[in-house]
Amino acid sequence: MPKASGLLLDHTMQTVLSVGIDALAYGMVLFVISIGLSVTMGLMRVVNLAHGAFAMIGGYIASYATQMLGFDYGVAILVAVVGTIIIAIPVERFLYRRIYGAPELTQVLMTIGITFCVIGIANYVFGPTLKTIPLPETLRGPVDLGFRSIAAHKLFAIACGVAVAAALWYLIERTSFGVKLRASVDNAAMAASLGVRTRIVYAVSFAVAVGLAAFGGIVGAELLPIEPYYALRYMVTFLVVVSVGGAGSIPGALLACLLLGAIDTTGRYLLPEYGEFFFYLAVIAIVCVFPRGLLGRSR
Amino acid sequence: MASIENISASTPARSTRPNWLVRDLVGLAVILVVAAIGYFLFPNNLALLTRILGVALLVLSIDLVTGFCGIATLGHAALFGAGAYASGIAAVHFGITDPLLMVVVGAVGGAVAGVVSGAVILRGHGLAQLVLSIAVVHLFHEAANKASAYTGGSDGLSGITPDPVFGIFAFDLWGRTAYGFAVALVVITFIVLRLITRSPFGMLCRGIKEDPIRIRAMGASVQGTLLKMYVISGAVAGTGGALNAISTQVVGLDSLSFTLSAEALVMLVLGGTGSLYGALIGTVSFMWFEDFVSAANPFHWLTIVGALLIAVVLFAPRGLYGTGLSFVERFRGNAK
Repeated sequence: MPKASGLLLDHTMQTVLSVGIDALAYGMVLFVISIGLSVTMGLMRVVNLAHGAFAMIGGYIASYATQMLGFDYGVAILVAVVGTIIIAIPVERFLYRRIYGAPELTQVLMTIGITFCVIGIANYVFGPTLKTIPLPETLRGPVDLGFRSIAAHKLFAIACGVAVAAALWYLIERTSFGVKLRASVDNAAMAASLGVRTRIVYAVSFAVAVGLAAFGGIVGAELLPIEPYYALRYMVTFLVVVSVGGAGSIPGALLACLLLGAIDTTGRYLLPEYGEFFFYLAVIAIVCVFPRGLLGRSR
Repeated sequence: MASIENISASTPARSTRPNWLVRDLVGLAVILVVAAIGYFLFPNNLALLTRILGVALLVLSIDLVTGFCGIATLGHAALFGAGAYASGIAAVHFGITDPLLMVVVGAVGGAVAGVVSGAVILRGHGLAQLVLSIAVVHLFHEAANKASAYTGGSDGLSGITPDPVFGIFAFDLWGRTAYGFAVALVVITFIVLRLITRSPFGMLCRGIKEDPIRIRAMGASVQGTLLKMYVISGAVAGTGGALNAISTQVVGLDSLSFTLSAEALVMLVLGGTGSLYGALIGTVSFMWFEDFVSAANPFHWLTIVGALLIAVVLFAPRGLYGTGLSFVERFRGNAK
């Protein structure tokens, strides 16, 4: 009897651990993709439903660079991030700039329109099939951590999330650009009158946000597979993360990603037949209790 | 500024009562004439026309909360689907197969869903409101998927066989009865909504859209009024869902989807928010266009809709109806 219960306990521990690792990896991928959305939403007050489309574009470029051009994984990431930013610049200049400060409905429609266009074009250019980004040798196998082994790409995703969080923290808290960014988030008009060129701050943070989305799209391609409807399928998830965390708050977004990642992954493991029921129930509960998000500031 | 101009422009029209009565009767006549033209031009495609009318009721119901009350929602298909499932379940599991009773059941189901989702969605503002509405429609979708004993899950709810209307007009293979039934439902709903939006209650809703703080200072209950409008909107959407269930005799999970919510909102904005005619024009032009283009290539369809949306936001923010109206007004101004 003691032996059996020990086995059961061991089994439970194993389940908890693998759910935990999966949740952490998923949460970190969500974080890398949606942190840019959170910052731009806090800064420019644009409900940007097309953010997932940029993550998808990054994934497509990386897939094309590795599969067709034979680039290295690292080089492909760089090419994809830069390529996505180059694609995003005219979109920002000609479309987004017209909806800064517009009512939410207008912003929603414009960005849904952009998303539909991107889906249609991606489908036309790359076809409706799933695209893979082959991982390098070092990320392919499992990694032995002593007590158990974990897929290396999940560890890589977690590491990327931690690195992005640390880099963003440094950028925003310790550099002069970060000071200007925080000033613009708090009060754009006052920052502008004090000599901050808010237009440049907007443009740079939009580029960083898009670049991070592309990076997250590539790193998370194993968990959120790249296909034309990617932009529509995860659009809601990214928006939910920002809303739950509080727009413009990095710790909030991190907390929201870990929490929602944990709820979603646990739900999938334990009650798969309920689908995303508990995920959305949790979202409603959190947003009702914290209408500004978990760590969002009241205005 | 625009709102002030609007109000001052519409004041003379309201003070002379027969003027708007005549205008509404003309509008009603136009709807009936267009419905008749559709019947004679596309006798083999009445199923599509009936579906358009069902979705038109959904778009009208979104107009009630978005156009008249200023609530941005991406989850209104929850009310449409609730109505469709309510009437479908009533027919399949409880033997209520009279089409008029099924419509009533659908309207009640939609109204109940309206209370539930309104109570949740009205707690937030801005981004939180949008996310709550999305979460509500996903929640309804997952619940319907799980309760497959009643809803048929992902296979859909089939086996709905409505009785003849008034015991005389049986639902035929060509969909003639269904089309006539749908036109009658849309016209009745349109008249009722016209009366509601012109009533003091409708004016109060418009006031809340313009300035909720001032309305509260006047002593009216903002949340209570909006919730009432949500219930009315739910009844209208539920009627649309019931119509869809009766005419297609099947209810699928797609009637509770985020995609349908987003598409219906797009139709409303294409036609023009804040006007019942705009909702109808938007639905008809969007769905006719969809049928036309998606027959050629479903992926170009998405690209074209996206481009169309961007163009509407940039160049015709008041929608087809609003832009047409201001064009006519400018023309009249020049004539004078």
